[in-house]
Amino acid sequence: MKKNTQPKSNGLYVSKGRKVFMAVNLLILTLLALSCTLPFVNLLAISFSNKNAVAANQVKLWPIGFNTAAYEFILNSSQFVRALGVSIRRTVLGVSLNMILIVLTAFPLSKSNREFRLRPLFSWIFVITMLFDGGLIPTYMIVRYTGLMDTIWALVLPGSLAVFNMLVVMNYMRSLPKELTEAAAIDGAGHFRTLWQIVLPVCKPTLATVTLFSFVTHWNSWFDGMIYMNRVENYPLQSYLQTIVINPDAFFRNATNVSESLSRFLNLTNARTTNAAQLFLATIPIMLVYPFLQRYFTSGLIMGSVKG
Amino acid sequence: MKKFRYSRFRRELPLVIMLVPALIFVAIYRYGPMLGVVMAFQKFSPAKGFFHSKWVGLDNFRNLFSMPDIGQIIFNTVFISFFKMALGIIVPVIFALLLNEVSSSGLRRTYQTLVYLPHFLSWVILAGIFADLLSKDGIINASLVNLGFERIGFLSDQKVFPWTMIISDVWKGFGFGSIIYLAALTGIDQNLYEAAAIDGANRWKQMLHVTLPGLVSTIVLMTVLSLANILNGGFDQIYNLYRPAVYRTGDILDTFVYRLGIDNAQFSLSTAAGLFKSIISSVLIITSYRLADKFAGYQIF
Repeated sequence: MKKNTQPKSNGLYVSKGRKVFMAVNLLILTLLALSCTLPFVNLLAISFSNKNAVAANQVKLWPIGFNTAAYEFILNSSQFVRALGVSIRRTVLGVSLNMILIVLTAFPLSKSNREFRLRPLFSWIFVITMLFDGGLIPTYMIVRYTGLMDTIWALVLPGSLAVFNMLVVMNYMRSLPKELTEAAAIDGAGHFRTLWQIVLPVCKPTLATVTLFSFVTHWNSWFDGMIYMNRVENYPLQSYLQTIVINPDAFFRNATNVSESLSRFLNLTNARTTNAAQLFLATIPIMLVYPFLQRYFTSGLIMGSVKG
Repeated sequence: MKKFRYSRFRRELPLVIMLVPALIFVAIYRYGPMLGVVMAFQKFSPAKGFFHSKWVGLDNFRNLFSMPDIGQIIFNTVFISFFKMALGIIVPVIFALLLNEVSSSGLRRTYQTLVYLPHFLSWVILAGIFADLLSKDGIINASLVNLGFERIGFLSDQKVFPWTMIISDVWKGFGFGSIIYLAALTGIDQNLYEAAAIDGANRWKQMLHVTLPGLVSTIVLMTVLSLANILNGGFDQIYNLYRPAVYRTGDILDTFVYRLGIDNAQFSLSTAAGLFKSIISSVLIITSYRLADKFAGYQIF
């Protein structure tokens, strides 16, 4: 992905100080990397452990009394599965709408003022929304007035245009060679065709990066779910998880009351193991996606944002 | 002349059409709420609505600034976000410099993948993990006791709580934050290193006199851009990790506005506080983008 910027030593002689430095450097980097991953290993270990070992705080990086009761417990309870369904729906709808609007907005705004005379006006209309925002209560009221309360659209429409992400894509489009679109125009292609057939295919790095951002934003949003959904059944996964994070016994108590069939797991699992399992399941989609888009980050994010 | 204008209009019309869907959503859900800020100047009651609530001028702001805690809350906000900003620049720069010394590109990429992970997770999930790890009997405190230290109330001690917020936020963001510095490092001219080496500069001197100057403009840019966040202490993080015992040092403007508005139904007061924050922030954003353009040639649009 990235070329090393330091001149490589020619292999004939590496000083002793350099060797010591490299060892210490790798040690520091490894510790930092471990600090970012071990908490999740611990979480995973807890989710597969026996409740007694967890209650005694014995579980570190490896499960004690390995069992899958916590996972069977949550996958058999309707709360988690339903919240997961809401999250998947909002993410699919939300990311699609985000990307359509970003592309449709970034392209006209990537034109020069000469090509598109109203560009400054429209740019300001969008940029002002980054500066001012109506705040919590007024936004809540608009969502109410437009009848979105307790619908999936309350999680999708208010944030349908992510202005910052749009500007990232716009800057990328501006950095493309002018000849590309001019040639298309000479060949008689209209703006829509130019966008679809010429510009979008070469925007892959930035679109990949911004799609990931949009996915992460939707997957991780919890606050909108809590304020726009009156009924807990409509909570997306993260809002639902928030309730168990704030009140760790909530899921466990509800689930054990609701379902008799789950009681066979009770000698193996408790609130901490089930919560760990739920938190871990919620991180899986993220872990599966970002490493594969990592190679696009640098070019997708940074290109075009710094002039000359 | 008229015909020329008409053809320009025809040529630009599709561009305007492309913008229409976004304009509609932005008008309703971004500009609509802005009209709602009239509440900040009213004694708003939901039963009367915007049109019939009583106008009270600047009373809400006067009440807001005469609240006994407001000074402390503004201090908390600025304190927490200042150290998040400062360390949020220093740590990624150091990480980028260290990573850049690793010659194997596969190893570099592996480190990057691992340290990016927390950036992509929500504070809900991280709070769930931290509440466990940092509790009185959690792994971290158990290890401290084993090593002969005293337990630390990471989330329950007023003095420690702001630092727990600062350090965990830096931990979450340093990996992803290093991307821009790594990109800047690849832009440094290789010949400079060779020239420095010929002049007898060792690795450390090369770092001081070639690498760091190459990073300065990016560091300035990131510093300037982060200034705009001085009143954002980090709602998602603090809301999910704080508790009444640490309100005195942990409560920030956003959590305060939330509790006023949602828990206490003080709609007008909450909106006034939000408006105050919004105005200060936009002044900061405009100033910082101006500075960024001036010093680093950065233009957002």
